[in-house]
Amino acid sequence: MTPITAGLRRGWIELRHTVTTPMDLWSYLFPALLLLGTIFFMRDAQVPGTSFSLGARTLPSVFGMNFALGGLMTTAQLLIMDREDGTLLRAKALPRGMSSYLIGKVVLVGGMSLVAFLLQLVPGLFLVSGLHVGLTGWLTLLWLVPVGFAATLPLGAAIGSIFDDPRNVALVNLPIFGLIAASGIFYPITGFPGWLQGLAQAFPMYWLGLGMRSVFLPDSLAAVEITHSWRHLETFGVLTAWAIVGLLLAPMLLRRMAARESGSAVAARRERALSRIGR
Amino acid sequence: MTETALTSAGQELPVGDPVLEVRDLRMSYGPKEVLGGIGFTARPGEVIALLGPNGAGKTTTIEILEGFRRRSAGHVRVLGVDPEHGDERWRARLGVVLQSWRDHGKWRVRELLEHIGLHYAAFGTERTPRPWPVDDLLEAVGLTAAGKTRVNRLSGGQRRRLDVAIGIVGRPELLFLDEPTVGFDPAARREFHDLIHELTDLADTTVLLTTHDLDEAEKLADRILILSGGQIIASGSADELSRRVAGETEIRWTRDGQRFVHSTADATAYVHDLFRQHGAAIGDLEVRRSSLEDTYMKLVQDSERDR
Repeated sequence: MTPITAGLRRGWIELRHTVTTPMDLWSYLFPALLLLGTIFFMRDAQVPGTSFSLGARTLPSVFGMNFALGGLMTTAQLLIMDREDGTLLRAKALPRGMSSYLIGKVVLVGGMSLVAFLLQLVPGLFLVSGLHVGLTGWLTLLWLVPVGFAATLPLGAAIGSIFDDPRNVALVNLPIFGLIAASGIFYPITGFPGWLQGLAQAFPMYWLGLGMRSVFLPDSLAAVEITHSWRHLETFGVLTAWAIVGLLLAPMLLRRMAARESGSAVAARRERALSRIGR
Repeated sequence: MTETALTSAGQELPVGDPVLEVRDLRMSYGPKEVLGGIGFTARPGEVIALLGPNGAGKTTTIEILEGFRRRSAGHVRVLGVDPEHGDERWRARLGVVLQSWRDHGKWRVRELLEHIGLHYAAFGTERTPRPWPVDDLLEAVGLTAAGKTRVNRLSGGQRRRLDVAIGIVGRPELLFLDEPTVGFDPAARREFHDLIHELTDLADTTVLLTTHDLDEAEKLADRILILSGGQIIASGSADELSRRVAGETEIRWTRDGQRFVHSTADATAYVHDLFRQHGAAIGDLEVRRSSLEDTYMKLVQDSERDR
């Protein structure tokens, strides 16, 4: 049994847990309901300069945002939680346990993002009109989703291995929310000041949103994007660059994090967590 | 699998070679010295307890041996391998019983054990097939009925049984238990001790446990190492340790309705004398050798005074 098969199985089991645990089901459904509500109320608004529904433009943008958030934040949070409760130490105590653990997380995060995606896509298609996926759209999805994960997941793992205390994740959440606002997810970026447009384009979130729009929206809508095109080449380039950064950083940080795991480290975190909720 | 079994770390130890070999192990955190050069060995099948007050260096020692912590200095061999350079094959021969808290809460007991067992499948040998079949394992730790229960629904005692099961699913040659019964009520502690007894009877597993509970060390261990202030201040079986503190035997008796108590090193001679003097007037005679607890307290106090 290689760590790859053990990891795949681990990811699959944990994914199954998320769809059979009421808490987890709610965390799939809640954002979906929130999104569909937003889209519903946007249905009469139009993309500036066109007669196209703003809701229909927002939906694919949010798909892109969700893949970015899944890769970054879900990975980071899972890692921090697993470290606090000792899951990671158990993995460390097993032969090839860390490899199978990490492969399991990749499968889990990928699977969770996919479940969330389907839960939003299917009802979304009934709520808004104008979405259309052609053959090139499917082909784009085929490279966009993996490259998007490669750009965000290792980065999320790196973030997760830096922070020890779950409460400190708020430090990361705040700039992420800012990034969502700046990345043209809910409103076209072309209306923003130039420096903000520049900043947003440095991060994967904007490009994932753009890529998803290119998949689901008619090509005429490219006119309202920067340089009036879907910029697939640039999308691929920026996402790949982030993937390289993440893949360089993550193994180093993960190794450092794993080396520090021990029974007393977990016991100390347990003490801290218990003193937080009790007394 | 045959070719990998020939690598140095994968070889089963020749009978009689020490499972644990520690010489002059030192550990400092900054200027603070936690271990000041300890040494001991363990033979296959031995159960060794590291006993000592909190902060004596027990957890640090066990974490160094587990390969979870780097030492400052000293010679350490665990199953013939330096734990800082132990590979996956070496790791597969160890078992670590961790204190679970809320990890794997959504997993079902059987599901978790089967998954963890998978990691050992590649490391089985003819003499030691791995992993331990889950049905047998569940029965051994008394969790057969809880196989389909989610881990977060287990009682505290069941959870500890699961911790042990996870620690031994790979049929370890050496098992580490760090403060295994902290926070247990007396019944759960008793149950846990029985379980460890069964396991050490069942397989020829070497066990190293840490505890600050004397009673636990006495019940479980063949040999007790008393650790205090980063030094091993005494070692031996519970019996040998009790004998080490001389002059501690207490004699109580009554004569003419009056109670007497006397402590002496040579109880036999004293009692002999007593009867020669008073004969049948002596009643309610009690001769109590100092308990392990007395010995332990005296040794730890002495070592703390000397520092």
